[in-house]
Amino acid sequence: MIPELGHFALALAVAIAVGQAALPLWGAYRRDARLIAAAPALAIGQFIALATAFGCLIWSSVTDDFSVRNIAENSHSLKPLLYKITGVWGDHEGSILLWCFILAICGAAVATFGRNLPSSLRARVIGVLGATACGFELFALLASNPFLRLWPPPIDGRDMNPLLQDPGLAFHPPILYIGYVGFAVPFAFAVAALLEGRIDAAWGRWVRPWTLGAWCCLTGGIALGSWWSYYILGWGGFWFWDPVENASLLPWLTGTALLHSAIVVEKREALKTWTVLLAIGTFSLSLSGTFLVRSGILNSVHSFANDPTRGVFILGLLALVIGGSLLLFAFRAPVLASSGLFAPISREGALVLNNILLCSIAAVVITGTMYPLFADLLFGQKISVGAPFFNATVLPLAVPVFGAMSIGPVLSWKRAALGPALIRLWWAALAALAVGLIASLRARALPALCFGASAWMIFGALAELVERIRLFRVPFRGSIARLAGLPRATYGAMLAHAGLGVTIAGIAGMSLAADTISLVKPGDAVQLAGYEFRLLDLRDGLGSNYTSRIADVRVSRDGREIATLSPSRRTFTTQTMTTTEAAIHTNGIRDLYVVLGDERDGAAVLRLHDNTFAPWIWFGALIMAAGGGLSLLDRRLRIGAPVRASRVLAAAE
Amino acid sequence: MTRKKRRLVVLLACGVALGSAAALTLSAFSDTMTFFVAPSEIATKAPRNGREFRMGGLVEAGSLVRATTDGKPSARFRVGDGGGSVDVTYVGILPDLFREGQGIVALGAMQKDGTFRASEVLAKHDETYMPKDVADALKKSGRWNPSEGPPPPAATWNTLAASPAKEGG
Repeated sequence: MIPELGHFALALAVAIAVGQAALPLWGAYRRDARLIAAAPALAIGQFIALATAFGCLIWSSVTDDFSVRNIAENSHSLKPLLYKITGVWGDHEGSILLWCFILAICGAAVATFGRNLPSSLRARVIGVLGATACGFELFALLASNPFLRLWPPPIDGRDMNPLLQDPGLAFHPPILYIGYVGFAVPFAFAVAALLEGRIDAAWGRWVRPWTLGAWCCLTGGIALGSWWSYYILGWGGFWFWDPVENASLLPWLTGTALLHSAIVVEKREALKTWTVLLAIGTFSLSLSGTFLVRSGILNSVHSFANDPTRGVFILGLLALVIGGSLLLFAFRAPVLASSGLFAPISREGALVLNNILLCSIAAVVITGTMYPLFADLLFGQKISVGAPFFNATVLPLAVPVFGAMSIGPVLSWKRAALGPALIRLWWAALAALAVGLIASLRARALPALCFGASAWMIFGALAELVERIRLFRVPFRGSIARLAGLPRATYGAMLAHAGLGVTIAGIAGMSLAADTISLVKPGDAVQLAGYEFRLLDLRDGLGSNYTSRIADVRVSRDGREIATLSPSRRTFTTQTMTTTEAAIHTNGIRDLYVVLGDERDGAAVLRLHDNTFAPWIWFGALIMAAGGGLSLLDRRLRIGAPVRASRVLAAAE
Repeated sequence: MTRKKRRLVVLLACGVALGSAAALTLSAFSDTMTFFVAPSEIATKAPRNGREFRMGGLVEAGSLVRATTDGKPSARFRVGDGGGSVDVTYVGILPDLFREGQGIVALGAMQKDGTFRASEVLAKHDETYMPKDVADALKKSGRWNPSEGPPPPAATWNTLAASPAKEGG
């Protein structure tokens, strides 16, 4: 009964989405106040319908209703409760439903928090979101319905892929999806602006918080995914340049560009058409990211939940959404004239540079990801493009971004001089140089350069703070007052820039990592990077739906014990699959990482890693996301300031 | 600075950035691209100059020999696609999903003695998966006909691979 209720709710959501797409858009076109006023109610109705559908699916999973095909194939009665809930989005059907649900949340959020938007703009935004939702809910209903029944129902389910039974991956998809789908809101704003034929500073101000929110979640989602692959796949790396990962990186790159160009629209009313194009492009990349990977077109080592048979429907949908919005852009973009003028050396200029470089990086990553596909189709060549390609192309383009990141924020709007700005940053430059030189003693040239760049970003952010509060130039009390008076968005930007510096230091640090593989008998020890790893014991353990083989490894340095690590191998009974659980000891600066391999002749294969600075990769991403969150709390974005701005503009016209 | 001049500067910056991106891409492509070669094509197509390439197929049943080299675990096995097979040596931990009969993709180079020395062995995380390159190689060699249905689940690959292994030698 419950699955049928969910099925019905999903069908209802499609019906509401059709209304949500048609009525407000038509109403805004005809200036019909009643139809415009219907938009928020429809968006909230859509949210309720999908929440019901999603809730029903979770309920069916928790109560082990194996007559539902989707649950029979992906769940098991012995599976822990947490994974019965999170397993709902571990498979194709469930993840599409989650995708639609998050889109509905976005629509409801615009309806609820967008009270200060002009009603016709809000109606159009909600209408565009409804049209997008309509397509994907139709896909969920017709091609990947999670509520289909199975007859006769099996006695027990087939269980979930054991690799997914992990807290890191349990929360990775929702956060990543909020990031992906969140960019639907800037997209809807962009399309609505094209329909209205008008963009002003207020538009930039409305778009900013939605972009920021999506960007924070995408940053967190990517970091969580990379952390998961670091600690569970047991290969010691954190980024594979795999199509799935690239698919999440692409919208992040263009989304970061959008975040910055929206500032220019808001402050200076320039770059309007470009920002609209970026908003469309970012969401298009999010869409292709989620669905191209799932359609099985791109070949990936770690994609889950894909199904090539449904690829055509998805491709059609993608073509419709992306092609339609780009066509609209081609027709309507000339209407959006920019008014703000600026010199090449200015804050705007730096932001333009950031945009150009980020988009170039995105273009390179797209080329590398898609080229194998085209080479296969056109020349029949089987080619793979891996990490060496991306390292050789992305890094040289990223270095100027790192350089500009500290200079940009200290430039003034409109027109600036490079000399004084650089003088203000002299000690950051000195610190970066020192760090780079010290690093070059241990590391190779490229990582040393990255260490220098990361110091430049971190100290650059500090120098900007010092500059803004005029430390040592005005009385100390004045500095404190300025510190308290700085807008949160400024703190957020500094934090995010410094966070990227921390991440880059972590990535550069991976080049100093050492690892070894060794066959060890219990009682014997292995030396690595000054640490002694002694295998104490090999024992068996029992989990709720798996058995495990555990090694106890004592790590010591100069005879002083540091930690006892227990890496294990789990054998899942229902899926006859083995997973590796790496054991990691971290002190915040370095990770000691032990993986248990197979056993032979009473000895165990151990792989040991000493990863210097590795935790900083995710720590930095966390700082970036926190910086974004802090900006989101800025007074300017919370309080009804947009109303004032639009009134001023209306008066000016 | 006039409006025209400013626009020129922006366009120039775009040109420089995209141009260097294109140049980097092209040069990196020629240096870093790795080709995929099926075991049956190794005699004709494999790069001989020690350059790395990817090779994929099914691990032949009964061919896996594990050993220890310099205190490190190593393995030797045959990978075939029905049309041919090649000996692979690998030092390191084989992935969890590595199994005889399982499809794998290995990155490595040919040695003078005609064996393939792998620096990396990949098996898919998802059990019902057959690497696309392997699937294509199997199709090409007539081991699996897509029109007869979806690729068999990994659990049955053991028996699927056993027969080509016997036929092959």
